[in-house]
Amino acid sequence: MIVAIVSLMGMGLALGALLGAASKWLAVEENPIEAELQAMLPGSQCGQCGYVGCAQAAAALARGEAPVTLCPPGGRAVAEALAKKLGVKADLSAHEEKVPQYAYIRPDLCFGCTRCMAECNVDAIIGATKQMHDVIADLCHGCGKCALVCPTQGIEMRPVPATVSSWHWPKPQRAASAH
Amino acid sequence: MKIFDIPGGVHPVYRKELASEQPIRPLPPPPRLYIPLQQHVGALSVPIVAVGSHVSKGQVLCVRQGTLSATQHAPTSGTVVAIESVTAPHASGLAQDTIVIEADGRDAWAELPEPIDDPLAADPQQIIDRVAGSGIVGLGGAIFPAAVKLGMGKQYKLDTLLLNGAECEPYLTCDDRVMREHADEVIDGARIMAHALGVRRILIGVEGNKPQAIAALERAAAGDAGITVVPVPVRYPVGYAQHLTRIVTGRETPAEHRNAEVGVVTHNVATARAVHHAVRFGRPLISRIVTVTGGAIRQPSNLEVAIGALVSALVDACGGFSCEPRQLVLGGPMMGQPLPGLEVPIVKGSAGILALSADEVVEARERPCIRCGSCVSVCPCGLSPMDMAALIRKDKLDAAAKLFVGDCIGCGSCSWACPSHIPLVQYFNYANGVLAEQERQRRKNERVRTLAEAHALRVESLERAKKEARAAKLGDKTETPA
Ligand code: SF4
Ligand code: SF4
Ligand code: SF4
Ligand code: SF4
Repeated sequence: MIVAIVSLMGMGLALGALLGAASKWLAVEENPIEAELQAMLPGSQCGQCGYVGCAQAAAALARGEAPVTLCPPGGRAVAEALAKKLGVKADLSAHEEKVPQYAYIRPDLCFGCTRCMAECNVDAIIGATKQMHDVIADLCHGCGKCALVCPTQGIEMRPVPATVSSWHWPKPQRAASAH
Repeated sequence: MKIFDIPGGVHPVYRKELASEQPIRPLPPPPRLYIPLQQHVGALSVPIVAVGSHVSKGQVLCVRQGTLSATQHAPTSGTVVAIESVTAPHASGLAQDTIVIEADGRDAWAELPEPIDDPLAADPQQIIDRVAGSGIVGLGGAIFPAAVKLGMGKQYKLDTLLLNGAECEPYLTCDDRVMREHADEVIDGARIMAHALGVRRILIGVEGNKPQAIAALERAAAGDAGITVVPVPVRYPVGYAQHLTRIVTGRETPAEHRNAEVGVVTHNVATARAVHHAVRFGRPLISRIVTVTGGAIRQPSNLEVAIGALVSALVDACGGFSCEPRQLVLGGPMMGQPLPGLEVPIVKGSAGILALSADEVVEARERPCIRCGSCVSVCPCGLSPMDMAALIRKDKLDAAAKLFVGDCIGCGSCSWACPSHIPLVQYFNYANGVLAEQERQRRKNERVRTLAEAHALRVESLERAKKEARAAKLGDKTETPA
């Protein structure tokens, strides 16, 4: 069964993996700042920055071609860390913190083609041919690639809901100028 | 007994007299009870009952997942009518998964576990298991699973059980009443806990403003050289576990470390009583004492209520509001949280419900910091609230972290002392919330990275295997003719 699914994975992923592997071999000759930058990125290879993977994003950052706010899943924390490393002053006040998302498969639309499963690089989707698929929301990093390939548009990207344990106080709003 | 000093602390108006002379009054279980799956620090408990099941009083509703979690039990007999999202008794006003029980009015007990005979000679593990199975968490508000703390004797070298009866939060009197009315049960529970921990010395720290509680405990412990009741100075927040430990033993626990590292385990007095019930009678934790008080409550009271009762039922049992409450608070006025409404359930950690009238709430306009240093001198953790708040205001959370904002216990002393009414503790709650969220995100990113790497490796090796298989096939073909 697994073999059948894997054979469906097709060229896209194989190429991705090769690129990933290639970047590993090349890392030795890379300039060190690039490796450091890459270590600061999430490493999920999600491609939400518009580059193939985190290594390419790090290279672009090192060349000064990409803004420090490029990585949506990294959020403000990664943006701040990158800005500090690169010694640039980033105006993060306007940086909209993107609400993390997770993929949700609509049971009425999924017909079990397994395409989404092949797309997911963290194996967050479970399913089998002609079976309803499901996402393990806890593993999903919200890259949205599965949603793009679903032939029935049966995958919705939903915001991860705030829970009692993840909620925290907002920043106090100041009435008068205090400090 | 020698008392050690701690830095900082404040003397807010205590207003304990509103409720302190009111004996504990049991509130009959209301017709509907709401039992959230999460009422404790740790993993969510998992329901083992279904909608429609009939449950008896004390029956397990949802089971703890792993050690750091807590089991919940039915507070009365009745039918599970829903497992749904219900507004949590939490400042966020968010909903959480909750088991809803419609009481049948019989309040009939389930078959309970057998009492442990002679617990002071029993295997400590048997007591720890019983405490875990009874769903007991720290009732002082920390809601940390009590069994985990009782098991710390295995990990640390302990010598003291410190029972926390300080109750330094203004307004609250539930622990005071428990000590006055049930001193025997508290002392018995403490002896059982000390046995489970393998320690000989029991210290009970009580703020000096509770002479009757101190007398009652001393009476109950008379003749036992291992137990000492220690009156501690009346100064908020002496009841914070680390600070109480330092006051009565002189041992300082480094911030973010456990008291157990200095040989001390702390438990609240009401938790000790719950242990007594669980061990001696097999009764799980299904009720607690709640102080309902404040200037807007007609008859301030200490009620013994079923977990899951709605706050509105408690307010009704206290004669309702005598005036329009300006603020509703869950817990005490210093560390409590605003209540999202009255239709939220009492949970294991709810020590108090305050309905404050307009003249009890300070509503002053925030003014600029005059660098008076009051906040610095009252901080019990030796922090510099003015500097941390200034940094957080400018979104420099990393810099605030370097000033140890993470060590802030959120006691609110600095806000209380600030003449400019700067909401200092709110800044620290906010900053610590964001820092915790970043930490969670960092951990998730790390996990994603590991998973992605494992995935890439697998895909790669499958590809290689396929290629090799193909090559082997080709090889076979070329080799066969030769
Ligand atoms: S791609 Fe869409 S239809 Fe195909 S298995 Fe995934 S969810 Fe189902
Ligand atoms: S969005 Fe889809 S592809 Fe991306 S991690 Fe989640 S489940 Fe996998
Ligand atoms: S107490 Fe208030 S005014 Fe005084 S130094 Fe601290 S923050 Fe500033
Ligand atoms: S709230 Fe934090 S900073 Fe303020 S006094 Fe308490 S521990 Fe110190």
